[in-house]
Amino acid sequence: MKRWESYFWPLLALGIVLILWRQGVVYSGTKVFPSPFDVQRGLAELIRKGLLWGYIGDSLFRVGVGYALAIVLGIPAGIILGWYPKAATAFNPVIQLMRPISPLAWIPLSIVWFGVSNLAAIFLIFMASFFPVVVATMNGVHNVPPMMRNAGINFGLSPADLFRRVIFPAALPQVLVGLRIALGISWLVVVAAEMIAVDSGLGYLIIDSRNAGKRYDLVVAGMLLIGVIGLCLDLSIRRVELLKSVRWGFRNE
Amino acid sequence: MAQGVTTTPERAIETAKINVRGVNMVFKRDGNEVNVLENISLQARKGEFVCILGPSGCGKSTLLNIAGGFLKATSGSITIDGEVVNGPDPRRIFVFQERGVFPWMTVEGNIGFGLFKLSAEERRKRIAYYVKLVGLQGFEQAYPQELSGGMKQRVEVARALAVNPDVLYLDEPFGALDSITRLIMRSELLRIWEAERKTILFVTHDIEESVQLADRVIVMSARPATIRRIVEIDIPHPRDISSPRYLELRDSIFEEIGLAHKV
Repeated sequence: MKRWESYFWPLLALGIVLILWRQGVVYSGTKVFPSPFDVQRGLAELIRKGLLWGYIGDSLFRVGVGYALAIVLGIPAGIILGWYPKAATAFNPVIQLMRPISPLAWIPLSIVWFGVSNLAAIFLIFMASFFPVVVATMNGVHNVPPMMRNAGINFGLSPADLFRRVIFPAALPQVLVGLRIALGISWLVVVAAEMIAVDSGLGYLIIDSRNAGKRYDLVVAGMLLIGVIGLCLDLSIRRVELLKSVRWGFRNE
Repeated sequence: MAQGVTTTPERAIETAKINVRGVNMVFKRDGNEVNVLENISLQARKGEFVCILGPSGCGKSTLLNIAGGFLKATSGSITIDGEVVNGPDPRRIFVFQERGVFPWMTVEGNIGFGLFKLSAEERRKRIAYYVKLVGLQGFEQAYPQELSGGMKQRVEVARALAVNPDVLYLDEPFGALDSITRLIMRSELLRIWEAERKTILFVTHDIEESVQLADRVIVMSARPATIRRIVEIDIPHPRDISSPRYLELRDSIFEEIGLAHKV
């Protein structure tokens, strides 16, 4: 594929989707579903009212804090579980039990504990991203090939150095996979959390636009914003995977 | 290669560097006891190149792991310079197949891995020396995934040599390489061995490889592994692999293992 083609075809497809969207709205005569132009006008209105950047900032702030907490607590927890097989045996059933519980199931408790506040949303995001980080880190540390471990020991490394220079870098690609999954889930969860637990952010924008005046142009604008920002988050964490010191762990060479 | 650097076992003799005495190894698996090594005794002299030859799965790697201190023998002992082996030690480095290189480090990072006690200046010198010795100039900043299997194996050998060990344990180091690269790596290993004079224990299941490389070949039986015979390879390096003596020694090992050398 030529260089220009890798831009041309996606842009063409996007154009076709927009045209189909608009024509679909026009031909069906729907009063509910907005056309691309309505959405564009809605976005402009949000910017004019000064709401847009505030909402985006609020959503990103909640994800940032909840996700950061999950990393700060989840990576050490995963390391301990991966390093001490007995700890993993002890805690694994609890983790496996907690994992399939949708983070959204925590909404009622989070509101009881934290009220309708930032803290409630942050707690939900933390619950959503903590387990993927823990499990990926645990598996990463556990799966370090014994050969590499032995090589490190053979050169006379202290346990701390062995961990820093062999175990952690060997586990890092798998940890990064967990971080990426967790970030994706966090971004999904923040929307739901904001619909219920707070009164700002992109999730709130969607639910509030519907409740207060059936502004479906703003609903769809909010959805598109969530898509674009989620894509940007994923692309930025993927850039980390391209670093040569972790690239070996990813198969798509 | 100049005649001055040829070796005969007699010239390598000094004292027994490695002394393996009555080593037995029994693994317990699913309640069954599997006898892997049975009463293994052997010596390696200082600077000697010893091949441990045996069929796959016979326990020769287990023996090497015991010598490296990674496993504890059920009974018997291994001493090096009279000192009982009690665990891994940087004075004796274990070289795995090329999968043992650290993929998150450059060639330089790998070769300098064990040199953390040296000053930065000293470390740089050593790295440069061993990069050159194994012929990886120009690849200092490359990552292992950018290298071929043979080059990764060179990195691992250089990483081992850089810490200046007395003993190298090589566990089928060229087993994963293609046959041409394997031949090149064998002569490279001999060249490096002649330059550095480490005592080498080299595990292989390849009869030709053992006769090409070793001063002595320890021929082992299938499991439980016992020593069937010890063959002195009294041919100076570089070895002519079509010389009558080479073929005679090779064929005697083929016979010892019970293989007809007709395909």
